[in-house]
Amino acid sequence: MLALLVPHLPEFIKNFIDGLLEPTMYFVLSVVGFWAMIQFRSFWTRGWFIGGFFAFAIVFYFWSLTDENFKLIVGKPDNVPITILFFSLAFLLWVAFRKMVINDRLIDKGLPTFEHREASRRVYCWPDLIYTEFLAMILCTVLLLVWAYYLKAPLEEPASLVKTPNPSKAPWYFLGLQEMLVYYDPWLAGVVFPTFIINGLMAIPYIDMNPKGNGYYTFKERRFAISTFLFGFIVLWVTLIILGTFLRGPNWNFFGPYAYWDPHKVESLNNVNLAEYVYLEWLGRALPSNILLRELPGFLTVIAYFAVLPPLLANLVFRKMYRDLGFIRYQTMVFFLLCMAALPLKMVLRWTVNLKYIVAIPEYFFNI
Amino acid sequence: MSLMKFITDSQIWKSIFRHKYPDNPRDQALAVLSNVFLHLHPIKVRKSGVRMSFTWCMGGLTFFLFLVETITGVLLMFYYRPVVEYAYNDIKALRDHVPIGIMRELHRWGAHLMVITVWLHMLRVFLTGSYKPPREFNWNVGVILLVLTLLLSFTGYLLPWDQLAIWAITVGTNMARATPLMGHEGPGAAFIQLGDVSLVTAGSDVRFGLLGSKTVGAATLLRFYVLHCIAVPLGAGLLIAVHFWRVRKDGGISGPM
Repeated sequence: MLALLVPHLPEFIKNFIDGLLEPTMYFVLSVVGFWAMIQFRSFWTRGWFIGGFFAFAIVFYFWSLTDENFKLIVGKPDNVPITILFFSLAFLLWVAFRKMVINDRLIDKGLPTFEHREASRRVYCWPDLIYTEFLAMILCTVLLLVWAYYLKAPLEEPASLVKTPNPSKAPWYFLGLQEMLVYYDPWLAGVVFPTFIINGLMAIPYIDMNPKGNGYYTFKERRFAISTFLFGFIVLWVTLIILGTFLRGPNWNFFGPYAYWDPHKVESLNNVNLAEYVYLEWLGRALPSNILLRELPGFLTVIAYFAVLPPLLANLVFRKMYRDLGFIRYQTMVFFLLCMAALPLKMVLRWTVNLKYIVAIPEYFFNI
Repeated sequence: MSLMKFITDSQIWKSIFRHKYPDNPRDQALAVLSNVFLHLHPIKVRKSGVRMSFTWCMGGLTFFLFLVETITGVLLMFYYRPVVEYAYNDIKALRDHVPIGIMRELHRWGAHLMVITVWLHMLRVFLTGSYKPPREFNWNVGVILLVLTLLLSFTGYLLPWDQLAIWAITVGTNMARATPLMGHEGPGAAFIQLGDVSLVTAGSDVRFGLLGSKTVGAATLLRFYVLHCIAVPLGAGLLIAVHFWRVRKDGGISGPM
């Protein structure tokens, strides 16, 4: 029906976008987009701009549905939540940034923020709060009923461990972690980093000693905290979920959103370990047979990253923060920050110098 | 109107509702105070805190979806047996024999939605700095609830016992093989030996404990079913109580001091 009325999305647009979303470019674009979101927040939060953005995004989304491959991957029942996440996140980020921009202007002028002005006024829960909740529940119920009526829950063939689907994917909310497997081994991407994500989240209230911005929207008073958290949540979590779900096909190869999932696509991989770079290329000798000696450069790199970098940063960029936080809080903060940065760093190293492992001891499943 | 008055003046009505129509401060307070469900709320809240543009209502919706999942989940339990021989067919029967059957759909889409609302709730709490003192502990309770939400969704994913289910869980739980020291393909596990006998093997590591077997099988299905329907919801319910109580004790919906 739709296909009869609307002309198909032109091939050159499809090819352009497919090329644009290749993992390297995808990640670079998402980082640049993130930077622009922070930097130009007073511009893009204006009504006409965000309205235009949403109108364009929705029209383009539906136009894209004229493409069979796009429809196949986006329309997969369990992938629908990602579309919902994308649009609701975009909308709520707009709400938050709009409030931040307005409040920051008020703070600059020495005026109380929107929330400050209303904080002293108290209203009865009945009816103000209870009606809002009631309405929210009704709207949520309607959404669920409509969604449940029109989209059947998936039920594939009966379970069989003999027939392996290609690709095999975890549930959509874990696909950021599965995408991380491209760069780190399971013990890091599947166990250690998720544990650190949880611990890092739990540490936040104890390492953020900035008393400002408690209970109201502001960006200027909490630049570092908000930028770091949003980078983790948007760039390293949500966009990687989108990448892992929509753009990874058979054998975890990359496929553009309009591309056919060809199971025979071959991508040449020629990745090199750090030890091979050091001994074979730079020193011009064979790899030492002693494992510890072989991996010495890797160990030194990792130790330097976690032991030398923090004091260095404390003296260079984080001076004020180190003074405010003290030794233990600063160390905790910078440790989690470095762990978070480890993912994009490894990505860049992979793309630029084909680095596979920094420390590679496959004999004991110890690869970093 | 007189009928309405007849009803609200009756002994039955008065035995349930201990207040008049809440259009005045006294009855507005009583409406909240004298109702076990509504008294989760305080009598009054900051004006800034009740705005939907401030809270996004995401915490409340998460709790609402938890209730939706509980109700639809109980109904689904009537028709589902967590045994390899029956599980798939029971789900298939729900699809094939129930006209306009949407119970499984409500449950599944509600679960996906709950994952989203939990994330967005956390985002809002972060952006308004609501984890700052005195709410540090409650942020931590929230983080654990986030993990439990993902666990609930993950354990439920296996139950339909179709290809989608078994392989998603296989991919997800394969990570546990690589747990340092505790997984048989994890760093350091090779050193945990007694003489020549390796203690951490595919049949004794943390993944085996999770699955109840070396691959996702009958034992896993039962295990995940019990976790999904009993253990995790109980834990989540408990922490939800703590979470709400602490919201009240720490000063209600956050606002500027």
